[in-house]
Amino acid sequence: MKQFLNFIKKEFIHIVRDKRTFFILIGMPMVQILIFGFALTNEVKNSKFAVLDLAKDDRSAALIKEVDASKYFDLSVVLHNQAELTEAFRKGKIRIGLVIPAQFSADMERTGGTQVQVIADATDPNVANTLTNYATAIINDFESKINAQRKLPFDIVTETRMLYNPQLKGAYNFVPGVMAMVLLLVCTMMTALTVVREKELGTMEIMLVSPIRPIMIILAKAVPYLILSFFNIISILLLAVFVLDVPIVGDLSLLLAESVLFTLVALSLGLLISSSTASQQSAMFISLIGMFLPTVMLSGFMFPIENMPLPLRTISNIVPAKWFFIIVRSVMIKGVGFKQVWMETLILLGMFIFFMTMAIKKFKVRLS
Amino acid sequence: MLVIILRKEFRQILRNPAILRLIFVMPILQLIVLPNAADYEIKNINLYIVDHDHSSLSRRLTENISASNYFILMGYGNDRKQAVDAIEKDAADLILEIPSNFERSLVKEEKAKLLLSVNAINGVKANLGGAYLNTLIKQFNGDIRTEWLVPDRMQRPSSVQTTSSNWFNPDLNYKYFMVPGILVMLLTMVGVNLTAINIVREKEIGTIEQINVSPIKKHHFILGKLIPFWVLGLIVMGLGFIIARVIYQIVPVGSYFTIYGFAAVYLLVILGMGLLISTYSSTQQQAMLVSFFIMMIFVLMSGLYTSVDSMPEWAKWVTRFNPVSYFIEVMRRIVLKGAVFNDVLYEFTVISIYAVVINSWAIISYRKRS
Repeated sequence: MKQFLNFIKKEFIHIVRDKRTFFILIGMPMVQILIFGFALTNEVKNSKFAVLDLAKDDRSAALIKEVDASKYFDLSVVLHNQAELTEAFRKGKIRIGLVIPAQFSADMERTGGTQVQVIADATDPNVANTLTNYATAIINDFESKINAQRKLPFDIVTETRMLYNPQLKGAYNFVPGVMAMVLLLVCTMMTALTVVREKELGTMEIMLVSPIRPIMIILAKAVPYLILSFFNIISILLLAVFVLDVPIVGDLSLLLAESVLFTLVALSLGLLISSSTASQQSAMFISLIGMFLPTVMLSGFMFPIENMPLPLRTISNIVPAKWFFIIVRSVMIKGVGFKQVWMETLILLGMFIFFMTMAIKKFKVRLS
Repeated sequence: MLVIILRKEFRQILRNPAILRLIFVMPILQLIVLPNAADYEIKNINLYIVDHDHSSLSRRLTENISASNYFILMGYGNDRKQAVDAIEKDAADLILEIPSNFERSLVKEEKAKLLLSVNAINGVKANLGGAYLNTLIKQFNGDIRTEWLVPDRMQRPSSVQTTSSNWFNPDLNYKYFMVPGILVMLLTMVGVNLTAINIVREKEIGTIEQINVSPIKKHHFILGKLIPFWVLGLIVMGLGFIIARVIYQIVPVGSYFTIYGFAAVYLLVILGMGLLISTYSSTQQQAMLVSFFIMMIFVLMSGLYTSVDSMPEWAKWVTRFNPVSYFIEVMRRIVLKGAVFNDVLYEFTVISIYAVVINSWAIISYRKRS
């Protein structure tokens, strides 16, 4: 036991001694949560639009003003002909174009009505779709304002309540997501380098001839990072609550316990990578390039998993961040108890045991 | 002199097949798999209807809604608690509650209420789901009105119609949008990481001292590190375009020549950034952490996943220094909109200045001492 503690101490010294790495490890997750908490939102607003107003009368001017006044759109270019529209799209200045026909006001009075054309830059289908919807809604509103307030009979009124996130803040979705991502990547990366680094520097030989058992070597490498990660979890949560105003509705101790479990999964995955690679470069390549995009895209916080084709939905099940994201969202924002997340917890536990066993198995007692 | 260094660097890369395999296989594999995941389109919204009314009208409303493509009626009953349970378990996204006396009050008081509860953690999904459902209810309301009313009280047909068209990607195919973007991401990550640990590696192993005592010039040394990865990067990109063409049938509307021209300069920026990180770090771990940190910010704030327009002012300002967002923008414009060189001249100028600044900085900051 004493040997084990000494080993942990050695690993600790390794980490703390390198001040720059240490500060990055502590500071990076915090900076990231802040940046993404403020900057990332999959809301679409302030989109630039161009207008081709062939009517040029009071009413069309009023409509343009209406669209410009909404938080979704900012008027950027006033066009004079159709050709300029193509040009504006190609230069990337605008997201949608609005074409108001010459007979706009006159046609509105007549039966049959008039047509406003909304042209969207569909290179980003999501934005195109959303903006078209918003523009249509604004135009409809404009129309009903003009059509005066006629009282309609047999009216069904729908009262809408937004649960959990009444202000529809992006941070409610992104904080759990970024938390999962940062913890997973930082923890995996840190441990992925530890074993292989000693191999590369040649100090592994010294450790192997020491009386400590290989299992202990591996565990001793994980413990300091676990403590460091716990510190990171706390700081991320503090920032989320006090700076980003994302509440912790559920049980804090449950949230912390789940975070520690997730950290263990990440650390054991890192150790597995570390003991199965030969150079820091490969370890880094796998833990960063191999895991970054899959974690971002398949964990469910960027793209809804239920929309993916079946093979990808299946693959997403082996992405640890997916399960943790569900847990954090449920516990932190919805405030549900363990009863609702036991399955996800069990899956993470299973992953931890699997990775750890594999890491110990792969850890070679002999050098080449 | 440069040729000799280049030969050494190339040999170093080529003799390590494990790394070489990773450089090629990992990005290509991801390019094949990941674009399929990217589909924000909101469909298959799970709806739970709590019907306290059980009238013919409430049943008709339920039928109307479940007939639409957007919604899956995952539960129907009169127990509110079960519905809330379903939302807590993520099985349902929306609850529509039809109060008792719904039909009666609509007939008698000409007014009735419905209650809609939305799981709003994902704001966009909540917004759109709620909006779709409201549209359906409005339609339903309109149908009822027409049926129950004498014609002269009917609402005039709407006088402004909105027609919409989607340019450059009329089928709203997500892959056209994601494949070029993901290719840029992968290229960037491979580039920064490889170069970031390259010089550090020599520092850590100790071979840098041998180079330092040799008559090699600073800029020769940096160029020697840069060029091999530059070549590799261009090859990876070529493979990426072959995949885009074969698997996703994406053929750029603009010219490959423009894309390659831009990519060549862009890669210089990315690799220079890696080298810069490398010269400032003393261990591979440091270099890797810093490059990860920068990478994550670049990638997530590039405009590929979330729109730059909706970011706060300061964040928009940050993206102006983000080379990734320039390349994604340019790539999309050339590939989908058929932009010509003149259309991307501004981006090209920015990226060129960037390349010169970063690489000169890397050369200056690399000191021949340990």
